[in-house]
Amino acid sequence: MIKKIQRILIELANIHRFVMRFYREVFMPPYEFKEIIRQCYEVGWKSLPLISLTGFITGVVFTNQSRPSLAEFGATSWLPALISIAIIRALAPLVTALIASGKVGSQIGAELGSMRVTEQIDAMEVSGTNPFKFLVVSRVLATTITIPILSFYTAGVGLIGAFLSVNQSENTSFTVYFDQVFEAVTYLDIFSLVLKAVVFGFTIGIVGCYQGYHSSKGTEGVGRAANWAVVMSMFLIFIEEILIVQIIQAMRA
Amino acid sequence: MLKSGGHIDRDTEVITVQNVSKSFGDLHVLRGVDLHLFKGENLVVLGRSGTGKSVLIKLISGLLKPDLGTIEVLGEHVDELSEKELQQLRLKIGFSFQNSALYDSMTVRENLEFPLVRNKRHLSRGEINHEVEDVLDAVGLLHTINQMPSELSGGQRKRIGIARTLILRPEIMLYDEPTAGLDPITCIEINGLINEVQEKYKTSSIIITHDLACAKSVGDRIVMLLDGKFEREGEFDQIFDTDDERVKPFYDYNFIT
Repeated sequence: MIKKIQRILIELANIHRFVMRFYREVFMPPYEFKEIIRQCYEVGWKSLPLISLTGFITGVVFTNQSRPSLAEFGATSWLPALISIAIIRALAPLVTALIASGKVGSQIGAELGSMRVTEQIDAMEVSGTNPFKFLVVSRVLATTITIPILSFYTAGVGLIGAFLSVNQSENTSFTVYFDQVFEAVTYLDIFSLVLKAVVFGFTIGIVGCYQGYHSSKGTEGVGRAANWAVVMSMFLIFIEEILIVQIIQAMRA
Repeated sequence: MLKSGGHIDRDTEVITVQNVSKSFGDLHVLRGVDLHLFKGENLVVLGRSGTGKSVLIKLISGLLKPDLGTIEVLGEHVDELSEKELQQLRLKIGFSFQNSALYDSMTVRENLEFPLVRNKRHLSRGEINHEVEDVLDAVGLLHTINQMPSELSGGQRKRIGIARTLILRPEIMLYDEPTAGLDPITCIEINGLINEVQEKYKTSSIIITHDLACAKSVGDRIVMLLDGKFEREGEFDQIFDTDDERVKPFYDYNFIT
């Protein structure tokens, strides 16, 4: 039991050191702009089909599920406002982050893990390249930059999905629907989306990189790195969601 | 007579390892190891698997830190250097990994360009191309320049791995099991390449191996790592002129006596 606690504390210290190293190295030259752009493409562009599908379905399903409750009070005209608040404040960043942690987090964990066990990271180090800067900093920056952009995209696709559902049942026009959507959303809601997405993006990147970078024990270690990258980032995303919601509520009050 | 036909400067030590110990948990891998590599020399480190041969060259290149002792490379104490200084020193050390460690996601050209672009930023595109083609030609694999590592054979991967280290013109080469997992013909080719590299690029090398044919063919001097310490040192015939039961099986197995 004591050994287990000791192991957890050592792991926490290692994570802390890893995160601190990221902050130290991110501002120091040389800057790997080309690699950051390549990673943004990997994370962002290649996630688009999956994000589009999930965002659209989320919008449609959430609208269909919300309609009966509002219909009971004859308040279906509030649907656009309800949907926009729900999607922008909560669903868009959360759905994007969960999808990305599954797709991108596992990919980063497996990629760096396999580079670690095949000594590719050591090879970079001995050839005078800082592997932390090239592999970790670029990936963490890429997820931190692209997850907010993807979250806005998810929100857009989700709102369009919701519009199709609203339009079919309530015959609301495109202009009226989006007028109501934007009327209900405040700057604080947008700030909430950006804050959450930035934090979630950073979490996905840093957790995936940490797991992969410290992978060991051959192919088994690579599998474990990919698996833990997903499990740990999803767990942290939910914790962060609760904390950020409390902060935003306090700001709203 | 040197294997490569080069010249050893016995007055100049390029690597000095003194009283180095390294443990991983309860496993004591190296127990007070001393080693000297002279300029222009090919030094072979022989030993069984798991005896810390690879750990030794990882300590020399600063990938691992010793628990005890000092390591001096080209006049600099490796364990006292800052990260930046260590990075500069590493440019003078070529490290050929056991599994080649080629970057899977890059072509052969990109693998070779990678260290060059990052460490010699003043080079033009034309100069980079020239350097890449030059080292690829030196290892006889110019035709693979646009191939992916997954398309290469084991021997070709080893050669490209060596070419990638040569591109920075290192003064010291560290070879980790250069012939492991290769067929006898390819082993002979790799041994020849190690000697060619020493001759052409005037490198000093440490070759980690348990392949006696390799040791015999490339080693100017051989040291044998037994139970965490260097127990025997000398030329090939001197090393195996013994009744030590820890040494004899090596020779018997490799040369089927």
